[in-house]
Amino acid sequence: MRTGSDLIAVRGLNHFFGTGDARKQAIFDIDLSIKRGSLTILMGPSGSGKTTLLTLISALREVQAGNVRLLDAELNGADEALLVHLRQRLGFIFQAHNLHESLTATQNVLMGLELHGRANALKQLNAAHHMLDILGLADRRDYLPEKLSGGQKQRVAVARALVSNSEVVLADEPTAALDKVSGQTVVELLKELGRARGTTTVMVTHDPRILELADRIIRLEDGRIVADEIVSDRGKDTE
Amino acid sequence: MSKLLTLIFGRLPIGWLQLSHNKGRLFAAVSGVAFATLLVFMQLGIMGALNTSTIAPYALLDADIVVSSEAGNTLTDAENIAKVWLFQALSAPGVAGAMPIYIGNLPFTLTDGTSVSLLTFGVDATRPGFVAPQIARSLGRLTLENTALLDVGTRGVPPDVVDDLTSGIPFMFEANGQTMASVGTMDVGGGFLADGMLITSDQTFLRFFQSRSSGAPSHILLKVAHGVSVDTIVARLQDALPAASVKVQSMQNAAQADLSFMSTQRPTGIIFGFGVFMGILVGLVIVYQVLSTDVADHLGEYATFKAMGYGHSFFLGVVFEEAIILAIFGFIPGLIVSIGLYAGLVSVTGLPLQMEAGTAILVFLGTLAACTVSGAIATRRLGNADPADLF
Repeated sequence: MRTGSDLIAVRGLNHFFGTGDARKQAIFDIDLSIKRGSLTILMGPSGSGKTTLLTLISALREVQAGNVRLLDAELNGADEALLVHLRQRLGFIFQAHNLHESLTATQNVLMGLELHGRANALKQLNAAHHMLDILGLADRRDYLPEKLSGGQKQRVAVARALVSNSEVVLADEPTAALDKVSGQTVVELLKELGRARGTTTVMVTHDPRILELADRIIRLEDGRIVADEIVSDRGKDTE
Repeated sequence: MSKLLTLIFGRLPIGWLQLSHNKGRLFAAVSGVAFATLLVFMQLGIMGALNTSTIAPYALLDADIVVSSEAGNTLTDAENIAKVWLFQALSAPGVAGAMPIYIGNLPFTLTDGTSVSLLTFGVDATRPGFVAPQIARSLGRLTLENTALLDVGTRGVPPDVVDDLTSGIPFMFEANGQTMASVGTMDVGGGFLADGMLITSDQTFLRFFQSRSSGAPSHILLKVAHGVSVDTIVARLQDALPAASVKVQSMQNAAQADLSFMSTQRPTGIIFGFGVFMGILVGLVIVYQVLSTDVADHLGEYATFKAMGYGHSFFLGVVFEEAIILAIFGFIPGLIVSIGLYAGLVSVTGLPLQMEAGTAILVFLGTLAACTVSGAIATRRLGNADPADLF
């Protein structure tokens, strides 16, 4: 698997919320490159801009000023069709699992696959089951979210994000609802995907238990990068 | 159900899963659509009965052209016309025969005290060519004084009387102070104007309706010569007769004009038409409310799907899937209950209500269209699903 090239490149990124007198800058002149296959953790206090940065590099929020290149595509000025196409190559794990309440665990995971068509439904079903099995949910495949615990729901959300072999996984506090063992399992899985498939993970977290697994730790304060710690070669900035 | 829909849509049936997840809401939505469908069916059924009963008298007659007073509204709601026009019409080339027809409403009381109103047609009993074949067979009997052919479908006529009539036993009744004997039957049924029909000779008619005169029939029926175009004769007579007081129509056009008059100028027709509109409106509002609430309730989930890369067409598909399911699930009980209510109304009122396949298909397509329109309006809320808000 090819690793080391920049999958995400941010240049001179600024972002504002509100208009007129209420206009407030949330991101200040951020430059950043993230390598393929790395696990990068964004840390910082509340309001530091880490979630805004995550939504900007994940094509969920419009880039106002500066440049963001994601998977070799420029996001500033990109049309909706390109954004939709790019998002299909990403995996998202939200702090609030955001599972569909009417779908079983398997069906929720299948939604991550049906996005790419339904050419081989049986193969997709097996892949969904396999991912749930890896995350310890083999006996919860046909459960609706309301019948699952918070941790189990989060693991289903993780399975949904990872099942389609996304090139980039963007996660917001993915281990917040998980116990130590489950949290470790999820992060090790992300790490393993990085090694085996070159999957790049960018994660916002406050969980100190998983810092040791990161390749790179970026700290933000008041919308600026105040520390950028390379923990392993995988996290090394190419610049 | 899920597997079937998965096969149909080629994806997980999110719409169906959402609807069926909340059974209470699904029941309410289906009930709402069923109610709206029922409302439309009932209005259309009664409108259909109005139309059927409006043109039913035409089935008793066999003519090509009808000459009427310009002041009249329909065949059964006519103003008298001078018989002199009959002779003028007969003089026109291509007209093979003419017969005056007298129409009036004859009230009489059954032995059990029930008051019945009969739409009475006075015809020339020696001219069987101007009435329908099933009546023509018995027409000769009407040459006897105070005899009539009675409609066995008349509302309120007791079953034993109907049995007697159909087995050929004469039935005597009194009307306008005179005795009438039924010497034959026909089966038409009641309508909005009368409980049934009666055919007498013109002489008997004039005896029972003493204010009427033989020189002023209700209409003049004409037959055209073999091989001659009806439209040509109609045009010829329209030129020859004074348009200000006389209207000349083919029987077919006269029936259509009667339908148009009843549905657009009579309060009954307008009310039933308005009822259909209200039914559609109720259906639209109910489905919109259900789908709109459903979209609002799932905005977070839709935002998640948007973040994952699902495009707008996917969400439209989900909402339309729900709309189609509601249309189908609501239509079926609406149809079944309507058929039951039609049967009940027929037995109580004798009105010619009938569930036509064409009407059922039309209402189904209408239900589908109304649900789809509601779905399309509800999709406007999808714009509120912003994936950036998820983090």
